[in-house]
Amino acid sequence: MTQYILRRIFQTIPTLFGITIIAYFVMSLAPGGPVAALTFDPSISVRQREAMATALGVNDPIHVQYIRWLIGDAPIKVAGVELWRGRELPTFDRRGNETGTHIGTRKGILRGDFGNSIISQRPVTDAVGVRLPATFELGSLALIVGLMLGIPIGVIAAVKQGGIFDQVTRVLAVLVSAIPVFWLGLILLLVFGSWLGWLPMGNRFPLNFSGDYTLGDRIKHLILPVFTLSSFGIATFSRFTRASVLDVLNQDYVRTARAKGLSNNQVWFKHALRNALIPVATLLGPAIPGVIAGAVLTETIYSWPGMGRLVVDSVTQQDYPVIMAIVLLTAIVTIVGLILSDVLYAVFDPRIRLS
Amino acid sequence: MAAQTKVVATGAVATLKSDSSKTDSLLRTALRRIRRDKLTLMAIGLLLTLSTLSLLAPVITDVLNVSYTQPDSLRLFLPIGNASHPLGTDPLGRDLLARLLYGGRVSLGIGFAGAISATLIGVTIGLIAGYYQGGRYRFIDDAVMWFVTTLNSLPTLMLLILIASVLTPTIPTLIFVLTMVSWTGTMRLIRGETLSKRENEYVISARAMGAGSMRIMFVHILPNTLSVLMTALAIGVGTLILTESALSFLGLGVRPPEPSWGNMLTGAQAHFRQAAHLSILPGLLIALTVLSLFLIGDGLRDAFDPTSRK
Repeated sequence: MTQYILRRIFQTIPTLFGITIIAYFVMSLAPGGPVAALTFDPSISVRQREAMATALGVNDPIHVQYIRWLIGDAPIKVAGVELWRGRELPTFDRRGNETGTHIGTRKGILRGDFGNSIISQRPVTDAVGVRLPATFELGSLALIVGLMLGIPIGVIAAVKQGGIFDQVTRVLAVLVSAIPVFWLGLILLLVFGSWLGWLPMGNRFPLNFSGDYTLGDRIKHLILPVFTLSSFGIATFSRFTRASVLDVLNQDYVRTARAKGLSNNQVWFKHALRNALIPVATLLGPAIPGVIAGAVLTETIYSWPGMGRLVVDSVTQQDYPVIMAIVLLTAIVTIVGLILSDVLYAVFDPRIRLS
Repeated sequence: MAAQTKVVATGAVATLKSDSSKTDSLLRTALRRIRRDKLTLMAIGLLLTLSTLSLLAPVITDVLNVSYTQPDSLRLFLPIGNASHPLGTDPLGRDLLARLLYGGRVSLGIGFAGAISATLIGVTIGLIAGYYQGGRYRFIDDAVMWFVTTLNSLPTLMLLILIASVLTPTIPTLIFVLTMVSWTGTMRLIRGETLSKRENEYVISARAMGAGSMRIMFVHILPNTLSVLMTALAIGVGTLILTESALSFLGLGVRPPEPSWGNMLTGAQAHFRQAAHLSILPGLLIALTVLSLFLIGDGLRDAFDPTSRK
């Protein structure tokens, strides 16, 4: 099993590098670039600008810049032993004259240094770290709600195949897949927030001067965003579970169980459901990127202070380091999700891990 | 006994003959099935109505004497049913009906253009990758699959956000970008179809008769993937309309003042009290369009499926 997990992790390395390459080259197409951003001051001379470009290394070939972005230019030390003394950079005075050299301080993304946000000038890891808990809270709750509602709905629809419940949930599932997530959010907000006034119009906490809130307040603020974000999951999980349960109900061992004279409940829950849920585990991985993409929209509608809104704001402000960090984080989470569902599948189904 | 066998045999030949004279092509059978499928017909009708209305947007706005770009500070937030503005006006006093019609042109246009070009790219690469998989030129398939796996390990919306951050979207660039991120689905589908179809006898016989790889791919394999392709196209257009609307809603797609159904919903919650229909109508049109496309996709799948008993 360990071997299987290691093999899957090893297989994702080329994919991760692919993501960094694609992301870096897309970003290199950005107009302006860091020098333009840093030298917005019109009093800076052409010479100073060139000096800055040399210091930042933006005139080097793109693959050199890419590698520098990955590993940085600061010295690499492992347990006190210096493996690489870093890159020597020219030092300039205010007029743009070269005065000496210094060793680089950027660590590169492989060492967890995503640079500073262009807008706030704070480290990107801080800016993203502040927003992460809100997105994690929303996303994980949406996944849980999706599973808790989707699986039972799917089982009931399969067991009562062709019945009213089956028909209704089937129509609803098609509807949900065709309705834009952000519009669903808007309409829920319109009905429950504006017309009925039952639930707040957005935000994670009530807005007041004291900053106090109760658990009830938190739950009220969570209901609409979580439901909006989980709607697609509920539809997907329920349809998939239904198909999977129907598949299992036609298997020989279910017929055997019935022939033994077991009750319907015993057949469904002890024999059928356990096996039917194996394929559902594979959906968990692909569901994670769906939740992240949905979170971007959901957070925008409900003014939820998470990563999704941060990335949208960063695009409008052209804060490239932040965008890069969030894109890479999303890719890592997605890949971890895919490995997770493969591993879950292998845990439940020994035929997979041995092949 | 022998006589009996003979009779049975002639009988079989007779049925075969009468069958083959009556057997329709797959396409004709599919068309006949669709004609009996009321839900799909309704969906086709709805889609045609919405497309025609959008295409006729300049004519309709001329007749009603309304403009989709002209702001009117004296007529903000008019409700539905106003004499000169049938669906009311938006926060800038622009006619909502005109904006919905022109928005439909943009949304449907981007959806169809993007999905058709994505299908063309996906089919070509899928055929080539699937055909050469495992053979002497397997590196083609390996490279393509690595690229596709890499692209797919980012949610489409994130990839679009990444691209939107470096270029200012106009409608042509938006179509290009949406094509670039959405061809992978069709490619995987066609690659899978090619993998199974290339083992068929008609491919072997074509090769024996000296057909080249390109001919086998595009003349012998491609037509046999038609049913899968049409279903994928219908669903692809729907998915692209959803994606475009999400991107435009975030302010990263179609730029105002050009209306799209997505960007008409940007910031709509600020006007819940004055004019709730501003939040309802554009989304309803997206949902209806996408729903009919998905239903058409399902209908096509059933119609082309030889085992379907409908």
